Amino acid sequence: MNAPVVIERPGPATPKSVGAAPADTHEKTHRPEDFKLRSHESVNDPNLRSSFRGAMDFLIERRAVHFSDFVAFDQLRKLGEQTRQHALNHLPDLLTQLEAKLTELGVHVHWAETPEDANRIFLDIAKAHDARMMVKGKSMVSEEIELNHVMADHGIDCLETDMGEYILQLDGDRPSHIIMPAIHKTKQDVAEIFHEHIAGAPLTDDVNELIGIGRKALREKFGASKIGVSGVNFMVAETGTIALVENEGNGRLCTSVPDVHIAITGLEKVIEKLEHLIPLYALLPKSATGQAVTTYFNLITGPRRAGERDGPREMHLILLDNGRTQAYREERFRATLQCIRCGACMNHCPVYTRVGGLSYGTTYPGPIGSIISPHLVGLKSTRDLPTASSLCGACGEVCPVGIPIPEMLMKLREAGRHSVSQSMTPPTQALVGQGEVRLLAEVLAWKGWRLLYSHALLYRLFAWFASRLRFLTPAWQGGWTQSRAPLKPAPKSFRDRLKERNHSPR
Amino acid sequence: MSASNSGKARDNILSRLRSAEPGKLVGAPDIASYYRDRPQPKAEESRRERFIRNATSWRAEIVEASESDWPGKLVQVIEHKRLGKLLVGRNTTIGWTLSALLPPEQLYWYERDLAEIKSDLFDHVDAGISTTLGGVAETGSLLLWPTPAEPRTLSLIPPVHIALLFEDQIVETLHEAMMQNRWSERMPTNLLMITGPSKTADIQRMLVYGAHGPKELVIVLVSRQASPNGESA
Repeated sequence: MNAPVVIERPGPATPKSVGAAPADTHEKTHRPEDFKLRSHESVNDPNLRSSFRGAMDFLIERRAVHFSDFVAFDQLRKLGEQTRQHALNHLPDLLTQLEAKLTELGVHVHWAETPEDANRIFLDIAKAHDARMMVKGKSMVSEEIELNHVMADHGIDCLETDMGEYILQLDGDRPSHIIMPAIHKTKQDVAEIFHEHIAGAPLTDDVNELIGIGRKALREKFGASKIGVSGVNFMVAETGTIALVENEGNGRLCTSVPDVHIAITGLEKVIEKLEHLIPLYALLPKSATGQAVTTYFNLITGPRRAGERDGPREMHLILLDNGRTQAYREERFRATLQCIRCGACMNHCPVYTRVGGLSYGTTYPGPIGSIISPHLVGLKSTRDLPTASSLCGACGEVCPVGIPIPEMLMKLREAGRHSVSQSMTPPTQALVGQGEVRLLAEVLAWKGWRLLYSHALLYRLFAWFASRLRFLTPAWQGGWTQSRAPLKPAPKSFRDRLKERNHSPR
Repeated sequence: MSASNSGKARDNILSRLRSAEPGKLVGAPDIASYYRDRPQPKAEESRRERFIRNATSWRAEIVEASESDWPGKLVQVIEHKRLGKLLVGRNTTIGWTLSALLPPEQLYWYERDLAEIKSDLFDHVDAGISTTLGGVAETGSLLLWPTPAEPRTLSLIPPVHIALLFEDQIVETLHEAMMQNRWSERMPTNLLMITGPSKTADIQRMLVYGAHGPKELVIVLVSRQASPNGESA
């Protein structure tokens, strides 16, 4: 067993709390290519293991309370699934309808094909308002485009205001769960982070006091910032409404207090009618945190109107593609875009629970991350993610909008290892990185296997040699022997034994 | 701004979406029949009781009042919680009522642009008092439809939010409220469903109230049918 790798954090020497040290591994690279390395470290980190196990068990239990009646759950889920499928079926039309409605309301609609496009739009807006600071509500899409880093490179301070995200930003860390971003931090970690980074913050591990410290520090920023940034949970084509689901109130502050509100979202989040919010909002908080509702369900329809005294005077919506149109192109991958980002699939995933969210090296971890990341960043760098599953099926069972995640994982495994012409079910157009996951050794092994199994004479010859030269089989057989006994040919082949039995007198 | 780039991106994205393989057709979801067909709430619990049970489970405080005594009950809450400055909308039910009962220096009228009064709102106001559009019994939620008189930040920035809710404006579900009042035809800039005070469990899953919004939510629930002795039923 490997010892957990500890990297010393630079800066003032504060006493390390018990269990804090291994969490510092985040200072290493965050890339999907390192999944195996990072997950190996994580499974050998008892503190991380127990904090994820505890958090996931907690979330699983809380969700189960609401969905104890399977028939009732299934009815609601079917409605949610249908709502999302219906929206995706009409996606281009709904997007243009939404755009027209928003334009009529006075919202600026921007389209971005890549993260670079989206960041440029942010920069242009910030420049137009001479803004040096933005306050931001929780948005996974802003993580996807690395908004904070890009803005920082241009001298703009993009401040996270969700408590969990704020803690991570102060510490230079990343979210490890899409709903509970800082679950890998203990209250002692947070105490140190606040004490170190917030002027005048006393060292306390009382959670009430810690939240109070964060609240006070951030309230000053809401008032001072010209631009507020938010994500989008759902957007409604018929009314031009943006729906935000949250408990803390920071999302409301970011979209009510600053003069400019910029919302960024993946283009798949649109639904047709206002009424269609109902099943999705009924499913989202129950699936995510096991709550029947969140504190705030915030419906925003355009900027401040004449006579109103608050709310943004200017509003922007950025619609990001970044690989989503690839997932959309073929029906067999399209369900990926049904996702409402509840995180239930990760909460129930035996792999995620053991390796934690940071191991994935992608914006979206866990099962949903493994099926969406290959479209966002290509199959090659995410090669290990679709294989990070035992195909137990839990993710598909709990998904509130019925995404067949295990099936998608298998399709992506195939797409990674087979070019279009070699695929059993060829795509109409290659995915980014199609076939690039192939390993020469693997290809040769399968070629050899096919040769032997399609030529009787060769097969017999091989079996004859294999049974006689079995003492030569190596003890080390790659991944297989990591936790299993080495494979060794039998001393006699099945054919030989059958022949002997048939010939021997009974 | 990057209008031309965005225009090109728009064309590219839409053409990719339009050239995609057609999906299997699914009809629009029938949400009305879902609500019609699912098990109805238990008859032995009234809608009012259900609202109170759910709202209090989210840590909202309920003050039961009648049409005649709610102003007095509201003042009691203000005194009991030792609330000093109160943020109130001018020319609203609450504004008229409180200006008759409380010294003028205690009332902070929300009658200027937020930009001019930001620091007062963040630092010097103890509570925001608002009317509501209604309540949702199923979840114990309030529905708020902010107006120029009662802007959205009235219920957001002060540490305490006191809301006035009339019992006959409680509906069973959010869907009912949305359909009955044809929201889709007249959406305001901001419409809110609020359930309990703001909260977070971001540190070690421990629930803390008062994250960024109000730490306390008090609902003054006004019954419309006053019994002969003036007490609510």
